[in-house]
Amino acid sequence: MAKAQVNPTRMELTRLKKKLITAKRGHKLLKDKRDELMRQFLDLVRENKTLREKVEKGIIAANKNFVLAGALMQDEVLNTALLASKQSVTVEAGKRNVMSVEIPVFEYKTRLPDANDIYSYGFAFTSSDLDDAVGALSDIFPDMLRLAECEKSCQLMAAEIEKTRRRVNALEHVMIPGMQESIKYITMKLDENERSTQIRLMKVKDMMIKEIIEEKHRPK
Amino acid sequence: MYNIAVMGDRDSIYGFAALGLDTFPVSDKDEGERLIKRLCEENYAVIYITEALAHLLEDEIEKFRTQPLPAIILIPGVSGNTGKGMNSVKKSVEQAVGSDIIFNNG
Repeated sequence: MAKAQVNPTRMELTRLKKKLITAKRGHKLLKDKRDELMRQFLDLVRENKTLREKVEKGIIAANKNFVLAGALMQDEVLNTALLASKQSVTVEAGKRNVMSVEIPVFEYKTRLPDANDIYSYGFAFTSSDLDDAVGALSDIFPDMLRLAECEKSCQLMAAEIEKTRRRVNALEHVMIPGMQESIKYITMKLDENERSTQIRLMKVKDMMIKEIIEEKHRPK
Repeated sequence: MYNIAVMGDRDSIYGFAALGLDTFPVSDKDEGERLIKRLCEENYAVIYITEALAHLLEDEIEKFRTQPLPAIILIPGVSGNTGKGMNSVKKSVEQAVGSDIIFNNG
């Protein structure tokens, strides 16, 4: 069964054959791309998982201290303590190309170089739990940024892998078999035409020979 | 040059202000949607968002999943870990592989 209507001509056959070669090459390339993407993705997702576990644990620990600090201190004191932070963080977002997927690379810069600048308050009126909490958060921060990078990369790569996989499957199960079918159909049709032409010629030849013989034997 | 934002209920996020991140205390849906749209248009490369708030803003977050920037990352809030952040990693795996091969043994 020819899926698409094709003209059984020699030109169409050449066109289809060329298309089939391209499709096969594309299929191979896409398959390689998918495999390599998958390999990198699995590495990345494993890292993502461990990072996430670490970051979640860190944040929960910090939150515990924040709750303690909140319980010990008055709300107003707590608010003013964290109202004006000295430190500020900016990120530089670069790009890295992994198998034509652009994944982000973050690099952070702090405005003030000293690590102790995160304590934006005097120690006299605040609870030490607040120091612990802020300290714990700042320890986990590089991992949080790495997590952001990792997780975003995973999301982007997952989308790309899905797209590539669909393309590979479409080529493998629809396009290539369809073209092979059409090529077979055209070849058979052309062969059939050739045979019928040959038979017709043979018949004509027979008829002509018969005519000549009859001519010779006719009584004059 | 990009900035980092933290969104969520106030108790969960006020500590991040000390690190120099921009904190945006939000807890209701409409305000959150508006804020997340605004932050994405502005210069924010990373937006940390508490799981509790992310639960309300799922549609918005889904939209930014395939864009290179910003990266929207879920973090546990003060009320504890709901496992939603891990689920988003799991979702990526399922999308890419077709089935979950990383988390089923742990």
